[in-house]
Amino acid sequence: MSETTMNLTLKIWRQKDAKSKGKIVSYPISGISGHMSFLEMMDVLNEQLINEGQEPVAFDHDCREGICGSCSLHINGEAHGPDRGVTTCQLHMRMFKDGDTIFIEPFRAKAFPVIKDLIVDRTSFDRIQHAGGFISVNTSGNTQDANSIPIPKADADKAFDAATCIGCGACVASCKNASAMLYVSAKVAQFSLLPQGKVEAKDRVLNMVEQMDKEGFGNCTNTGACEVECPKGISLENIARMNNEYLKASITREA
Amino acid sequence: MKTSIARKVLMALSGFFLLFFLLQHFVINFSSVFGDGDGFNSASHFMGTNSIIQFGLQPVLIFGVIFHLAMGIYLELQNNKARSVKYAMNKPGANSSWMSRNMIYTGLMVMLFLGLHFYDFWIPEIKTKFIVGDMTGLMADGETLRYFHELQLKFQDPIRVALYCVSFIFLSLHLLHGFQSAFQSVGFNHNRYTPIIKKLGNLYAVLVPLGFIFIAVYHYLNPPH
Repeated sequence: MSETTMNLTLKIWRQKDAKSKGKIVSYPISGISGHMSFLEMMDVLNEQLINEGQEPVAFDHDCREGICGSCSLHINGEAHGPDRGVTTCQLHMRMFKDGDTIFIEPFRAKAFPVIKDLIVDRTSFDRIQHAGGFISVNTSGNTQDANSIPIPKADADKAFDAATCIGCGACVASCKNASAMLYVSAKVAQFSLLPQGKVEAKDRVLNMVEQMDKEGFGNCTNTGACEVECPKGISLENIARMNNEYLKASITREA
Repeated sequence: MKTSIARKVLMALSGFFLLFFLLQHFVINFSSVFGDGDGFNSASHFMGTNSIIQFGLQPVLIFGVIFHLAMGIYLELQNNKARSVKYAMNKPGANSSWMSRNMIYTGLMVMLFLGLHFYDFWIPEIKTKFIVGDMTGLMADGETLRYFHELQLKFQDPIRVALYCVSFIFLSLHLLHGFQSAFQSVGFNHNRYTPIIKKLGNLYAVLVPLGFIFIAVYHYLNPPH
């Protein structure tokens, strides 16, 4: 059976650098197979642009198997496109139809400034992580084996689920308020649910939330858009847990 | 007040207080459709003259409403700033409900309604009690309480009844998100209880405003003798 290919119109945000004003530019593209990933389609476009002597479209990517959190893109009005539980690199072109127009924009947030075209600066996430997303472990040779500490199965499962967050920023991109609560709550919960994370639990939540606010993310209004668009299905339950922990920590912290 | 979570929790707490207030307001109003309004009269007289309610709870309520409004507007402005460049193409309907995204608008509509409601009932009431100095709550005949009669007269105006009904629809839309959202904000999300809270919230958000609509229409259709 011969494979049918698609002809598409891409409307892509082009921006020379962080200081320049950007705009949407249209690119027709043809011969796209439904088996291609979205980023492979972008590769085809870039080859075409290079052959024509034009500047290729800059976009973030690394592992291309959905675990690194590098790829982003707001595709046709949704972070990581119309599919669920996948990153842009795992999005297949079969999700689109021949003749479709596809809008491709960078993740938009004041805390994610555009660097070039579709690449945004997500180091605000790194700074939040530095503020408290760690545990202190003795590495001088007498480190306790983590498996020797009993942990309830339900807690271990929830901590693991939270830890699957790849920090891509789809939650921020999808939220109407550009809030980073889902990301921060996943990073808080993955530790606070476990005995190893209890030691620094209070400081962690207070410091990470403080840094989140400093970065200029918006406030959470519980629309739940983040949970729907998250490629890893991080639950809103984490945000409730963070709110709860934050309240307790702010009441009981030392002066 | 300084951090996003603190503001979110305060928004939820003021919301809880308003939910409780609304329910008691509904229960008292609902009594007006039974009998000759005697129950409504005595409940209104109690609420209007009891000093704990008038000077203790009423100021808290007014503060709660103003706080909820002011904080809502402040958060909305701040949230708008968090995304200065908007998407050329956005499909918010794919991942969130209309109610959850438009709380500021449904909330502002409810506030506009409160303006009308204060003009209709609260201001005349304060005038009678504290400017004229008539605390008896009696009609000119000096025997019957006036509250039920005043209510019936107000709801003879079809435009007013229509405005009230439309406002209750906005209130319903506001509550459909607000009720369950308040629990999430104060940090309560549990896989056993949250589904129940969501159902309870939907029931509250539909039944209470529908009940208020029923009361308004009932009095429009049943004019004073």
